[in-house]
Amino acid sequence: MKPTSQSRAIQTAAIALPLLFVAIAVTQMRIDSRATSSAERQDELILSSPSAIKKLSLGYDSLMADIYWTRAVQYYGSRFAKHGAKFDLLWPLLDITTTLDPNLIVAYRFGAVFLSESGAGGAGRPDLAIELVERGIAANPDDWHLDVDLGFLYYYRLKDYPSAANAFLAGSKKPNAPSWMPVMAARVAQKGGSLETSRLIWAGIYESNKDPKIRERALRELKGLKAAEDESQLNQLADQYQRRFGRRPATMEDLRSTGLLQATPVDPEGFPYVWGLDGQAQLSPASPVVIPQAPQDQPKPKP
Amino acid sequence: MSAPAIEIVGLTKDYTVGFWHNRTRRSLDHLTLQVEDGETLGFLGPNGAGKTTTLKLLTGLIFPTSGTARIRGRSIDDVNMHREIGFLPEQPYFYDYLTARELLDYYARFSNFTKAERGERVGRLLERVGLTSAADIQLRKYSKGMLQRAGIAQAILHDPQVVFLDEPMSGLDPVGRREVRDIIHDLKKQGRTVFFSTHILSDAEMLCDRVAVLAGGKLQGIGASGEVMSLEVHAMDVLFELRPGQDLPPGLAAKVTRIGARCQMEVPESELYAALDRLRAWDARILSVSPVRPTLEDYFLRLVGGASNPAEPRTHAVEVIAP
Amino acid sequence: MSSAPFPVALNTFREAVRDRVLYNLIFFALLLIGAAIFVGQISIGIERLVIINLGLSAISLFGLVMAIFIGVGLVSKEIEKRTLYSLLAKPIRRWEFLVGKYAGLVLTLVVNTAFMTIGLLIALFYVGHPFVASDALIFVAVYFILLELALVTAIALFFSCFSSPMLSTLFTLGIYITGCFAGDIRDFGDFTKSSAMKAITRVIYYLVPNFHNFNAITAASHADSVSLSLVLQNTLYAALYVAVLLVAASAVFSNRNLK
Repeated sequence: MKPTSQSRAIQTAAIALPLLFVAIAVTQMRIDSRATSSAERQDELILSSPSAIKKLSLGYDSLMADIYWTRAVQYYGSRFAKHGAKFDLLWPLLDITTTLDPNLIVAYRFGAVFLSESGAGGAGRPDLAIELVERGIAANPDDWHLDVDLGFLYYYRLKDYPSAANAFLAGSKKPNAPSWMPVMAARVAQKGGSLETSRLIWAGIYESNKDPKIRERALRELKGLKAAEDESQLNQLADQYQRRFGRRPATMEDLRSTGLLQATPVDPEGFPYVWGLDGQAQLSPASPVVIPQAPQDQPKPKP
Repeated sequence: MSAPAIEIVGLTKDYTVGFWHNRTRRSLDHLTLQVEDGETLGFLGPNGAGKTTTLKLLTGLIFPTSGTARIRGRSIDDVNMHREIGFLPEQPYFYDYLTARELLDYYARFSNFTKAERGERVGRLLERVGLTSAADIQLRKYSKGMLQRAGIAQAILHDPQVVFLDEPMSGLDPVGRREVRDIIHDLKKQGRTVFFSTHILSDAEMLCDRVAVLAGGKLQGIGASGEVMSLEVHAMDVLFELRPGQDLPPGLAAKVTRIGARCQMEVPESELYAALDRLRAWDARILSVSPVRPTLEDYFLRLVGGASNPAEPRTHAVEVIAP
Repeated sequence: MSSAPFPVALNTFREAVRDRVLYNLIFFALLLIGAAIFVGQISIGIERLVIINLGLSAISLFGLVMAIFIGVGLVSKEIEKRTLYSLLAKPIRRWEFLVGKYAGLVLTLVVNTAFMTIGLLIALFYVGHPFVASDALIFVAVYFILLELALVTAIALFFSCFSSPMLSTLFTLGIYITGCFAGDIRDFGDFTKSSAMKAITRVIYYLVPNFHNFNAITAASHADSVSLSLVLQNTLYAALYVAVLLVAASAVFSNRNLK
């Protein structure tokens, strides 16, 4: 049967479409390989005024808040994967999100951790983080979670122990506040700056948060702090060893053979500790654990 | 013997109906027919018979489920076939933001005319259909009759050998209809093949060389209209006037309709002279004697009445006229 | 090669003009005039940025609305109004008709955009900014907008072949929005740990038209350069995708029985 013009059209489509789509995919790959360098410059919010956006939302405020919140999370996540990226837009995005929906607690909590963090993991602006969280507390006066964050910020980023204690105390009076909050307040007031207190603070962040990224961050910190504590204890044992034998231990075996250690000590990721050339305990070079700088050594916040 | 202008073989169209598209409705059932070069064929049938379906199949608006057709030797699948046909659709609609002149000029661009030729043709056609004075008014302001005329103009603008007209008289007043009849006559004189569907039977009688009757998607019969007529039994219609004070003569076999002195009666042809003798004896004044021509309508209604009963295929003594 | 698409294209353009589509230029002009007058009061030193951002965004938005709303009617309107009956009886192939309608709307969009670009340049001039070489980026951004509009028009035309205007509008808008976020969809997939999600989002990314490729508005307002190879690649991308849509539309429309 001779091909009709109808069937010819279908045959052409059946052959041409797959070929064209392959060509399209290839072209797209070429475009993408070029675009990564300019992606950095695409950091723009055309509208950055929260009040303007609120007016433009035409009543769909919480929907817009959700969209901006999603963007904030994706923004952080995509930048986190790239090395050397800055997080300049994180504050505006969170600012807009919380202006549109002042009751979106997760946004405040996210900002508390990642706005304040310096280095490769955050925007390095603890001042903005504090502003954000204080706004959140004002808008949500019964939510104790934000007081945990405020206490964390004052303690950990600003080393302002009295303010941190006040935050924990204020939070402990709010409905359903966990019982460890007044304890935390007291600890911070008395023993601010110690490793132990830092661990408790981060444990508080871990316990009270549901966001997986925040929990991951807290866990990392906790492991690092644990490792610091382990190292400190190992160094004490090494001091004992030195007093007995006149030299630092060379391997863990030395400590075990003398009964000072029961088993091979491993860090929270399962890697055994080793001894450095200076005779101090160290993490194994293969271990992913990172010991945070002690709070008193943290760099001053940017003005 | 030249090849037929239109040659349709087993043309069939099924539509799927129903919500799940699982039932089929056969809208045209194995239509086979030939139209000779220069012939005018009338395509008759009730609504839903498949007339418009046939025309749409021939002009490429819909596609056949099976069967073939050739026009002037080219398959209906061939786009170049369209150079030789003109089509006036039923109730045509055109781009209402264009004027008639612009519309014709637009359609003319699909044929290979030079600009000058186009302009000349458009002017000539506008004149032919009587739209010159309205040529530069937008079509949205046209009456139905004017639109119909514009439609005919675009159908014959490029001098096609075969012209398809779907209900060309619809919406026209008697003057308009006469004009369209004249145009069809002209086309005939020019030797073109005309294929038109209508249900105005008198027009079909007057214009067509042959008529084909479609009903229920099937070709019910085809033949010269005169032929169709001649096979019917004739009666005669007698009009007469009684003398003042007179009553009807007794023994008049036929039925008489009477208004005052005027009477009309129908008698079978065989009894005509007997009835006339009676009237003459009665001294009634004979006004007229004429055959009761069974119109195409009777033929049509009989065929169509039978077609609603598909189990019983109609047979009747109408034969296809072989070339 | 047949010339049948040309009269169709010109007639489509003529229809748009007679349907007063180009009157949208008046709204655009008013918008720009307002912006030019007020921008000096609101923000000093970034008048150029605001005018360019606003102007290009408006060009894109107006063009998009036009492309979608006229595009979804390109075929369906002719079927509904039955103007197609007499046209298809002429020696014109179905695909030639589609190409002609498509070209006509693209032509309308080009003309419309050209006028708007002139308006934008006038507004820039009024705001007191002498033209510098980096303003050439405005033309690049406009060109990318045109590529984007050509692609959206093709999508609308495709749906117009078989779907009602309302549904076609929804589908076209849906694909456009998905295409704008195509990059985010891919990033999301890269982000997750599931390799099934990664694969799915990759496939979606390559199938869907990626409108984010064509966004040069930021670059133009910040006078960042755009490489020539990106211009060529975007042109190629748009041309390929338009080809996909026209071929698919032809396949659908060539088999369509007109009621």
